Amino acid sequence: MRVYQFSEQAYPDAWNDHSGSLRVILPNRKCDPRVAADLFHRYYDEYQLCDELGLDIMLNEHHQTATCMSSSVVVGLAVLARATKKARLLVLGYPIGHRPDPLRAAEELSTIDVISRGRLDMGFIKGIPYEIAASNRNPTELMDRFWEAHDFIIKAMTTHDGTFNWEGEFFHYRQVNVWPRVWQEPHPPIWSTTGSTSQARVLGERGYVMATLGTGYGTRRIYDAYRKAYLGKFGKAPGADRFGYLGLVGVSHNREEARRRGELIAGYLRTSPIVHLPFRNPPGYLPPEDNARILRGETPPRSYTKDGRVITMQHASVDDLIGAGILFCGTPDEVYAQIIDFCEHCGGMGNLLMMAQAGFLTHDQTVDNLTLFAREVLPRLKAYKQPDPEIAAAAVAA
Amino acid sequence: MSEGAESGPGSLVVGGTRIDLIERGSGRPLLFLHAENGIEPALAAIGELAKAAHVIAPTHPGFGRSELSSGMRSVDDLSYFYLDLLDQLDFDDLTVIGVSFGAWIAAEIAVKSTARMSRLVMANAVGIKVGGRETRDIADIFAITDPEYLEMTYCDPNAGKRDYKALPDAEVLAAARAREATARFAWSPYFHDPRLKSRLHRIHIPTLFLWGTHDRMLSEAYGRAYCAAVPGARFELIERAGHFPHQEQPKVFAERVLAFAGNK
Repeated sequence: MRVYQFSEQAYPDAWNDHSGSLRVILPNRKCDPRVAADLFHRYYDEYQLCDELGLDIMLNEHHQTATCMSSSVVVGLAVLARATKKARLLVLGYPIGHRPDPLRAAEELSTIDVISRGRLDMGFIKGIPYEIAASNRNPTELMDRFWEAHDFIIKAMTTHDGTFNWEGEFFHYRQVNVWPRVWQEPHPPIWSTTGSTSQARVLGERGYVMATLGTGYGTRRIYDAYRKAYLGKFGKAPGADRFGYLGLVGVSHNREEARRRGELIAGYLRTSPIVHLPFRNPPGYLPPEDNARILRGETPPRSYTKDGRVITMQHASVDDLIGAGILFCGTPDEVYAQIIDFCEHCGGMGNLLMMAQAGFLTHDQTVDNLTLFAREVLPRLKAYKQPDPEIAAAAVAA
Repeated sequence: MSEGAESGPGSLVVGGTRIDLIERGSGRPLLFLHAENGIEPALAAIGELAKAAHVIAPTHPGFGRSELSSGMRSVDDLSYFYLDLLDQLDFDDLTVIGVSFGAWIAAEIAVKSTARMSRLVMANAVGIKVGGRETRDIADIFAITDPEYLEMTYCDPNAGKRDYKALPDAEVLAAARAREATARFAWSPYFHDPRLKSRLHRIHIPTLFLWGTHDRMLSEAYGRAYCAAVPGARFELIERAGHFPHQEQPKVFAERVLAFAGNK
């Protein structure tokens, strides 16, 4: 199992004074640039520590929010492509459907791949609903735009013998020829995220690495949808390396301290959904059938404990978050056992996207959390032998 | 064209796209282009208009149960769809009435051709940009809550309330599709076409602007500026009505339209 450390690079000082929305409309007067600078340098120090500890690194971006100061993932990648030596650099993700210019995206990512000497993992994402307000992209055509941008970026990265022409529905270029050329052939590995079985099938047919977040013990059915599609397309079972899962991690030899860390990191879950209501579900982001159910007040539960109990991530206790496989928390032995139990429930999961820093977790606590994990949990996860992928695939094929 | 019974709409295929169509009454033809909140056969304004006219009320592509032809993304596209529909139905001397989003479509049709039209009625119309780049002419309805939206668009917010738990599935789905289709056509540029205002001078048929006085999504000044850009257009207020005057004052709305269209 690979482990990528991820922090939203939050601005937690604003978390307790937000008038009902931490995203989109929270005035940036609440952001002191000196505090933000200290936070950024601290977060990059922690990422550099991950590099030294043998952990890989994940970066993301959100917009107009105190929950995540990274508003262009390329900035963070640029800092870390040079400041780190070994870690894989996973962007999860790059909201390419929102961007005006996929050529620019292809150039940026190719450059990062070269500077890092081939350490880029390239996650393309739709983006959560709240991003629409910032980009003003039409939500009804976001996915069409996403796939055209995706197709264009891949074509731009894999064309090496001169220019090509592109006159699509959304993007127009006549002389495309990206410099520098990507380091990894044919292009950096492609990742994406989803919470739905329908999108899991799409990703399975393409064989991309698929990550889920907050899906807890509902993860298996999403993985299985991927497995079925992958099997149908490639005639073999997808390896565990095709699956990623974002879990929160709080670890300490002292159980009480571990739980304190777990609670502080869960601050991410407590604050992330604080968004002015109209921005939570822009028209066209979900299919009309789903929106009809929402109009009726029917919303499907998202997170379950292992025994099938529904929890809400925002308000769940540390115990429930552990029970739902959303938080891995306790001593190194306990954390290892929880991760493996979850992994086996999923039929194999080869990439843990670990949120071991969030919100009010201090630098010292983060350093200790990362170091202890890297020393006492990571070696065992690296040595761990994943379940036979054929067994999980045979179950979905049956 | 199939005949629509009072209980439900018929349908019509235009250029391979099937849409719902309500057809009711007899007399001079009157095309009703619905607003962004969709259309139901039970709409009182349709009944009022049908007392003295032959009302044709299509459901726009992407709304209700109407199909959306692939590649249809703009009100410009919708206006060509309706020009095809008018050719197919072979009406002339047609009065076209649009409310809000429907009025935007009507204006986009009229600047292209009024060959089949004799009169145009624009009620609480969107579609043009009046103010400067930092002036929000049209309130951002996607950035407010449902109760705020009802307060903004109705004189009596209760007139716009819908109990989705009690409505039939088809109507709930239609509401969801209406919201999505509105975004498809009006997301950006927001509820307007930057080029439309400079083309309105091409409309040389008698035009009436009707304006619900309690509309807070649009200002009366916006409506008057829109009216001033159409040669010779008249502007009339409808009291005790908001952004959807045909819903809040169906009798007054129909009387004004029919008087203007010469059906009464």
